[in-house]
Amino acid sequence: MTQLHSVSIKDLSLNFGSVGVLKDLNIDVADGEFLVLLGPSGCGKSTLLNCIAGLLDISEGQIFIKGKNVTWEEPKDRGIGMVFQSYALYPQMTVEKNLSFGLRVAGLPKAEIAKRIAAAAEILQIGPLLHRKPAELSGGQRQRVAIGRALVRDVDVFLFDEPLSNLDAKLRSELRVEIKRLHQKLANTMIYVTHDQIEALTLADRIAVMKGGLIQQLDDPLTIYNRPRNLFVASFIGSPAMNFLKGEIGGNSAGPVFKANGLDISLASYAAQQPLPFGRAAIFGFRPEHIAIGDAPGPTGRSSPATVDLDEPMGADSLVWLKVAGKPISVRVDSGRRYQPGEKVFLTFNPNLASVFDAESEIRI
Amino acid sequence: MSLVNPAGPRGRRPRRIGSPTSIMIYGILIVAAVYYLIPLYVMVMTSLKGMPEIRLGNIFSPPVEVTFQPWATAWNSACTGLYCEGIKVGFFNSMKILVPSVIFSIIIASVNGYALSNWRFKGSELFFTALIFGAFIPYQVMLYPLVIITRELGIFGTLTGVIVIHTIFGMPILTLLFRNYFVSLPPELFKAARVDGAGFWRIFLQIMLPMSLPIFVVAVILQVTGIWNDFLFGVIFAGTKNFPMTVQLNNIVNSTQGVKEYNVNMAATILTGAVPLLVYFFSGKYFVRGIAAGAVKG
Amino acid sequence: MAATRPFAPLRNLNAKIAAVPMIATVLVVFIGCTLWTVVYSFTSSRSLPTLDFVGIDQYRRLFTTSRWIVSLRNLAIFGILALSFSLVLGFILAALMDQKIRFENTFRTVFLYPHALSFIVTGLVWQWILTPAYGVQKVVRDLGFETFNFPILTDGRFTIYAIVIASLWQGTGLVMALMLAGLRNIDDEIWKAARVDGIPTWRTYLFIIIPMMRPVFATTLVIIAATIVKVYDLVVAMTNGGPGIASEVPAKYVYDFMFSRGNLGQGLAASTIMLTTVLIILVPWALYEYRPRNRTLGVGK
Repeated sequence: MTQLHSVSIKDLSLNFGSVGVLKDLNIDVADGEFLVLLGPSGCGKSTLLNCIAGLLDISEGQIFIKGKNVTWEEPKDRGIGMVFQSYALYPQMTVEKNLSFGLRVAGLPKAEIAKRIAAAAEILQIGPLLHRKPAELSGGQRQRVAIGRALVRDVDVFLFDEPLSNLDAKLRSELRVEIKRLHQKLANTMIYVTHDQIEALTLADRIAVMKGGLIQQLDDPLTIYNRPRNLFVASFIGSPAMNFLKGEIGGNSAGPVFKANGLDISLASYAAQQPLPFGRAAIFGFRPEHIAIGDAPGPTGRSSPATVDLDEPMGADSLVWLKVAGKPISVRVDSGRRYQPGEKVFLTFNPNLASVFDAESEIRI
Repeated sequence: MSLVNPAGPRGRRPRRIGSPTSIMIYGILIVAAVYYLIPLYVMVMTSLKGMPEIRLGNIFSPPVEVTFQPWATAWNSACTGLYCEGIKVGFFNSMKILVPSVIFSIIIASVNGYALSNWRFKGSELFFTALIFGAFIPYQVMLYPLVIITRELGIFGTLTGVIVIHTIFGMPILTLLFRNYFVSLPPELFKAARVDGAGFWRIFLQIMLPMSLPIFVVAVILQVTGIWNDFLFGVIFAGTKNFPMTVQLNNIVNSTQGVKEYNVNMAATILTGAVPLLVYFFSGKYFVRGIAAGAVKG
Repeated sequence: MAATRPFAPLRNLNAKIAAVPMIATVLVVFIGCTLWTVVYSFTSSRSLPTLDFVGIDQYRRLFTTSRWIVSLRNLAIFGILALSFSLVLGFILAALMDQKIRFENTFRTVFLYPHALSFIVTGLVWQWILTPAYGVQKVVRDLGFETFNFPILTDGRFTIYAIVIASLWQGTGLVMALMLAGLRNIDDEIWKAARVDGIPTWRTYLFIIIPMMRPVFATTLVIIAATIVKVYDLVVAMTNGGPGIASEVPAKYVYDFMFSRGNLGQGLAASTIMLTTVLIILVPWALYEYRPRNRTLGVGK
């Protein structure tokens, strides 16, 4: 029943004493899929990865890899390779010995080991480094070797535990591209833990956003970004962060309306999950780039006057902070024009790109 | 209005070497250093004098006539009350106790510390805490039962007996030392090795050991000085013919028979202190790390 | 074809085998032997242990024995003086060493080398230096102060202070090293902030650094205190408890009654009192060190 999936997690729970760290998780990862586990620190994403690797014993549930129940298997028998944040290269061994250690432990013939190392070195372009020790390598080179160690194991599933977090910004974006290329070339399953949403959005086929040992949303990056399932996902994803206005859902002749502090936004074009509950307290969320700024009022029911508070130029665009109905919000605009504090402008909302959450359950409506 | 004074301070600020503060600092440190060095100085000077000169002169004055006879006597023929075979007997006894004790205690504690850091099991932390607290129990509390146990095992008054005792009482500090060291290594190395399929002993021997040379040096220094300087266990568990050097030394110096030969006594004292002193002088920072390790809590 | 469920006691078997010596030591030596001693301290054992319980008779006799009272008094004097002087002097030396001085390594080597020496060696050297007939007293008299008296080893009232001097020589370097390590652990920015605020160095030490180093002080104090309670070799080498019983200490009382005088009950009762003393020092510290804290579980990243 699990044959279709590369990795299957069924009802997985993990408790440390009385503390529930992972709670009843279910994830199916398709063959060749790139799944990113994303969340703030302490959300359990690395813990989940360690469970999949067999480095932590789970309390409840099952783990299948390639249709085989590996719940009680040793890490080496699970058909996985793993890449760590700190690279975890054995410091006293050369790059070649680092790559071959696992193969030697498994008792592979020398010729086979040499063949696999040559292949990995070719793919990762670390051939000239084979006889160096880890201390003589740069951060990027070390991470390549660490990936190589997973590569030579010739496995179906790669596990990445924040592999780029120790690198500087420039190197990080370079290696990000390289990992994506590697995935395209090898087409094997990858599960990748990160707290960096850019990495998640750029790399993933699907993202599992985690918090408090629970999966908040498991979807493709665009859905996660545009249609967050709850307030946490909405606020965690996106930089600069989504704006939120508190108010309630009302109605008028033109259809449902979001009301807050004398501000009325028509929800007629909002794609709701369910009929909009009139009179219910709600939170209206919209991303800074999903709002237009102008000198004249926009269409009725979608426009509001606002006062400029601060203008933050960021190069390609600017982030303008404004006060709307007494609440601070941010708007992303072209950097062509600077706004002065105190300037009066008009905003135009775009309800079909907005998200409305129930104020109490924080679930998307 | 902004008149820049070209004659004002410019460039590097002058360092005041002779400031009152620094004179005071160095003054106190030098006085303290003299206090620390005097006993060593007195020991060496006394051991190089003849007895007549000692009786007449001043313990701080250098020898008028340097003689190495006291050293030879101390080594070869100083009397412990019963025998007059010198401190060399004790030296060789101490060596026979030292080498196996250091090896066994370090092997056991390093493997134990490794198990406690990477392979914890139910109760392992509890036993470790108990082990550390046990280090604070005065030895006197456990001495007599240990005498009974070693006697029952037939190792009381033997080299084996005292080696076992040193291994037992070295365990808390050494285990703490190794456990803290292994805990400080990146846990991901251990995880990577497990993904590579290595087990308990292979990870220890092939991954951990090559990375742990410094901590082994610290452990060796700690044990060499500790065991060499031991008196209590040697006098109780080693048996008369295996008395370590410290016990022999005390017997030589504090034996009540005969005329006290202070120069011989001091030569014997220096000889007894020589092994840990040499270890200390050649190991500098590792020695400091070893004693600091005792203070670092688990 | 899933793996068989690992049988719980056999899981992680190698680690358990590796820990056997530790488990045996804890159970047999630290717990077993200690309990044995406490139990037999309530018996009438003389040269051989017997299970003839006599209640607290041994303790009653212990506290009417003048030698034990002297031992306790000596331990108190020795303990208080050695502890306070080594902490204060050790900290001062460490603070001076922390002033970016030259020859730091030389000074450190000099202050610490006595710690490499045994108590026996320490005791014998100081016995020699303080011997009235040849040592400090004679040297000062030779300088012209004919009436100078320094009978620290021969006058029983002062002997314990001689032992304090020797132990400070041996142990202050250790305190200095621990304190220096503690000082080096203090964030440099604290010093920068204090300098920008114009706080004098001594005030920074007194009001900022020392409070920050409370854990180091606590740990050092416990380590020294535990050593002090055990003090034995130093006394044996330096005075052998004399003159008379003037410099006896509890650890020596235990040894003598157990192994020389064949009065086991007394030795066991005395060692139980030593254990109690250590517990009085240790338990408050342990409660402080291991008090429940909001521990954050290392979960996720």
